[in-house]
Amino acid sequence: MDSEIIHRFQFGFTVTYHYLFPQLTMGLALLIVVLKTIALQRNDLVYHQAARFWAKIFGINFVLGVVTGIPMEFQFGTNWSHFSKFAGGVIGQTLAMEGMFAFFLESAFLGLFLYGEKRLSPTAHWLSSVAVFVGSWLSGYFIIATDAWMQFPVGYTIAADGSAQLSSFWALVLNPWAWWQYAHNMSGAAITGSFVMASVGAFYLLWGKWPEYGRIFVKTGVIAGVIFSILQLYPTGDAQGRMVSIHQPVTLAAMEGLFEGRTAAPLLIVGQPNEQERKIDNPVEVPGMLSMLTYRRWNAHVLGLDAFPKDHWPGNIPLLYYSYHIMVGLGTIFIAILVVATFLLWRGRLYHSRWMLWILMLALPFPYIANTAGWMTAELGRQPWLVYGLMRTSEGYSKTVSAGNGLFTLLGFMGMYTVLSILFLFLVHREIEKGPASEPALVAAGVTAVR
Amino acid sequence: MASLWFWIVGVMVTAYVVLDGFDLGAGAIYLMAAKTDEERRKVIRAIGPVWDGNEVWLLAAGGTLYFAFPQLYASSFSGFYLPLMMVLWLLMLRAIGIEFRAHMEHPVWQGFFDVIFSVSSILLMIFFGAALGNVMRGVPLDANGYFFEPLWTNFKLGPKTGILDWYTVMTGVVALVTLTAHGALYVAIKTDQDLSRRARGIALLCWPVQFFLTCISLVATYFVRPEVMDNYSKHKIGLLIPIVVFGSLGVMLWANPKGKEKLAFIASSLYIAGMLVGAAFALYPVVLPARDRQYDLTIYNSAAGAHGLSVGFTWWILGAVLALAYFIYVYRMFRGKVHLGEGHY
Repeated sequence: MDSEIIHRFQFGFTVTYHYLFPQLTMGLALLIVVLKTIALQRNDLVYHQAARFWAKIFGINFVLGVVTGIPMEFQFGTNWSHFSKFAGGVIGQTLAMEGMFAFFLESAFLGLFLYGEKRLSPTAHWLSSVAVFVGSWLSGYFIIATDAWMQFPVGYTIAADGSAQLSSFWALVLNPWAWWQYAHNMSGAAITGSFVMASVGAFYLLWGKWPEYGRIFVKTGVIAGVIFSILQLYPTGDAQGRMVSIHQPVTLAAMEGLFEGRTAAPLLIVGQPNEQERKIDNPVEVPGMLSMLTYRRWNAHVLGLDAFPKDHWPGNIPLLYYSYHIMVGLGTIFIAILVVATFLLWRGRLYHSRWMLWILMLALPFPYIANTAGWMTAELGRQPWLVYGLMRTSEGYSKTVSAGNGLFTLLGFMGMYTVLSILFLFLVHREIEKGPASEPALVAAGVTAVR
Repeated sequence: MASLWFWIVGVMVTAYVVLDGFDLGAGAIYLMAAKTDEERRKVIRAIGPVWDGNEVWLLAAGGTLYFAFPQLYASSFSGFYLPLMMVLWLLMLRAIGIEFRAHMEHPVWQGFFDVIFSVSSILLMIFFGAALGNVMRGVPLDANGYFFEPLWTNFKLGPKTGILDWYTVMTGVVALVTLTAHGALYVAIKTDQDLSRRARGIALLCWPVQFFLTCISLVATYFVRPEVMDNYSKHKIGLLIPIVVFGSLGVMLWANPKGKEKLAFIASSLYIAGMLVGAAFALYPVVLPARDRQYDLTIYNSAAGAHGLSVGFTWWILGAVLALAYFIYVYRMFRGKVHLGEGHY
């Protein structure tokens, strides 16, 4: 195997695995603030206990987010040293700011949030949950700003030695690409958090245990979920797509499977890209819709892959195409599920509609798949560039780290992450089974005496 | 400006070693000092709310190094590829050892996580010490500013060095002993009764080894790299550093048996800071020495552009002030001896 493939695969594997955890951390951080706020306002013990329950799940998840996140920063240097030498003067800024502004805040207040409830006043404890939320969402911004620079480089000059150097701090931090990508990404994280909360709530309602908690979880999850799944489509998804169409038209063509440019381009719903014959097999499409979405005109001309030299095409068109379609398809299904669930909630029938509770419970893995597919769309779509238009992926990896050493660590990560996955599923499953209001949990929290 | 960043990164690394050093050290003495489940939970509880924040100093120092010295980041991280990956795996194991022990309510698995936590802490200290040894000794950088070191070659100091040779193994042991004593003192402060007494005893036992190894390692460093004396002979102020180092050792020896653990812990922190600042002082302006001196990476050939460095300084100051405020607040909230029965662990 050649070492470029191994370096790419290792980074892709470790970052994909990593992001399974922060998407829930960021989503739950927001929802925990919501639960804590209601608890504080109404002085409601059930809401307080609900927040404590989710804090436990959050804690387990957070640990895995941290330990799988450290390798990401390291791998810029270990596996992508030529890229780091080239781009470190620019993206080092945002990565270092993440450490200074987000990680310190998040880690300091998470300790207080998880272990300090008895030492802090209720308001101070609420504030610590807000600080964790702000820290985790800031962290997201710095990472997105880093990725945005790789998608759409701004605020830099090329120095005499060929490296990129920062010329405008504000251009880097306020990269227009970053704003939309951030909004889209955070809304995606909130969707994961909402579905996880609703799913656990549905599980309790179906089980018939802790129904008062089940109802809170389902209600909070469904209301937050319907808001964010609509924001995910419009305006954030729409704006993100239009940015791709303007700045990375070849990527848009590959995402949509548009081998030849055409006017009144249709939107493909299903179909398999056939690269040999440059067409889509078994297409199911909506006529004119792609032109409409991209240019707001039914008969606008959309550029196809044929308009670009082949060495500018993304390297893996079928995978990019599927990632994009899976993301959009799932996003559409989420809206459908959550709109129906909201309607039932409004009519007061949700908690008894067992079919909908089953759907909500079983939906849990799908936002993870959608978020992963979304990131794969962004990163596969950037190919063959590592920094769009400036550095190719084939120029960026560590030439001094051989394929053998790379494979050694790739296998090591796979083994390690298998162990982490087993532990994670086991521990979270146990916390969910123990439930939010089992006797020991209530005693520990000092609630039983009051009730 | 690059000089300023050299010292900022140096201070951040020092902060990391002093802070994460005590929770690593607590891991090293964990199996020996804490015998019962209650004692073990107390040790974990003593570091539980802070270890993650301490570890952030490693990430923040790494990030700062990345943006201030991209060339150094690229060369050293790819060159130290294998040991860094192992550090990552050890950090993962250690984190789950600390955090998931409390979730596993089974004595067999708790015992398993205890060993994971302790062994990974010990190995991490050795790795960090060996890493510093590698930087002091120099690495086989080529004309392009890159290198790749295998884990070991023949344990000698030839032109083709490995990560581990007799010198770096020695610096690894220095780090192990130093941070074990450091962690033992922290545990002694945060706990009471038998546990605190045993921790203090371990710190006391470490002292002669620490003193002996300090002397040996200073002499060995001079033989491995005679240039380390250049800055000291040029700038006499540097001679304050060995005074701090040995003075701190003296205070540790004096304060510990008297039951002044806090003073001993402060002295231990100063000792660590003295050793690291002393190393940085000896290296400056070199950031990564090459075995072949003409390929040395210095602050001049590896720093980022001037604009980035000066803009970075503005936000760095702000970030550092905030971080300091959080740390003071958190440590104040969790001050005093550990009591079980608040939240988990």
